[in-house]
Amino acid sequence: MALVSHIAEEQVSTPVSSSKSITLKIFRYNPEHDDSSKFMEFTVPYEKWTTVLEAILEVKKHFDHSVAVRYSCRQATCGSCGMMINGKPRLACFTKISELDSNVVTVEPMNNFPIIRDLAVKFERLFDTHQKIKPYLIRDDTELETDEREFLQTPEEVEQYIQFANCIKCGLCNSACPTMATDSSFVGPQALAQAYRYVADSRDKGKDSRLKIIDESHGIWRCHFAGSCSQVCPKGVDPAMGIQLLRGYLLGFRS
Amino acid sequence: MRESTIMKIHYGTALAAVALVAVHILMRLTTGFVESLEYENVLANYKFVPYAAMLELILILLAVHGFNGLRVILLELKQGRMYEKAVSYGCLVAMFGLIAYGSNTIIRTNMGMT
Repeated sequence: MALVSHIAEEQVSTPVSSSKSITLKIFRYNPEHDDSSKFMEFTVPYEKWTTVLEAILEVKKHFDHSVAVRYSCRQATCGSCGMMINGKPRLACFTKISELDSNVVTVEPMNNFPIIRDLAVKFERLFDTHQKIKPYLIRDDTELETDEREFLQTPEEVEQYIQFANCIKCGLCNSACPTMATDSSFVGPQALAQAYRYVADSRDKGKDSRLKIIDESHGIWRCHFAGSCSQVCPKGVDPAMGIQLLRGYLLGFRS
Repeated sequence: MRESTIMKIHYGTALAAVALVAVHILMRLTTGFVESLEYENVLANYKFVPYAAMLELILILLAVHGFNGLRVILLELKQGRMYEKAVSYGCLVAMFGLIAYGSNTIIRTNMGMT
């Protein structure tokens, strides 16, 4: 009981103690009702540790509860709160206002995604392309058929793909990708990086089928290696490198 | 044809074209640049079979590379089944058309028909 009241006190007291404030410009657009988009400005108090997501939630709590934003974990794990923050795709929960070094913070929905409302976008294309590359280990055998309980790997084998296993499917890489902006059929850096994650896994036997999926006219070859996907990844994944390594398989440099 | 095969051809033609165009430019430098472009000299180049063969090869390499590049750009600009088919076949026809037109010029000049 005491713990609950303590948490409640914390939630109430956070914004009140601040001495600094910023102007938060929030993109507003409802495709079902609005003809065009607009920005609404709010003055929001912040501390050194205040994140952009907390500022948006502050707006929802005290100024306008109708602002649409998707969020969940608040610790850069769920990948829900991706948005354009001062023109760059970032996670709102992972971006501190104090780091932005600006008195005005502009938040917009991610590029290359259809808008549901305000800051919330549709993830269907991201999930479809992710599913398309078969994001799971493919093997003929299973541990149920043998006495073996686990598929052991050396640290070197793990090193081949572990970076790419950190993807949280936030969509920031797809949002930053210039090809995604024009090619509505492009597989995208997220799915391609995940294709590499499984192709490079020594336990997986589905390399050929995955390479066949991405080796089509809107597949891996439409990447122009701008590298913006790797620049914006909040988890340190390097999709651009994964794509180049995958190309190595298709060009015969890797096997 | 698989996209990876097309792209291998795309990269291969680019590398080969760079090498052959370098030879072509070096040949221009064996005489003065303006002199090398005089009518008789140009005609002599076409009549020298190895050089004419190299020009033919450059024509094929650049046509294949260029039209595939154009196909890729157009596919990225707009999508749609009919549009993509039209772009792919259109580029293929244009590529063969350009090669036929250029080859006609090279062969006829080599045989002294102009």
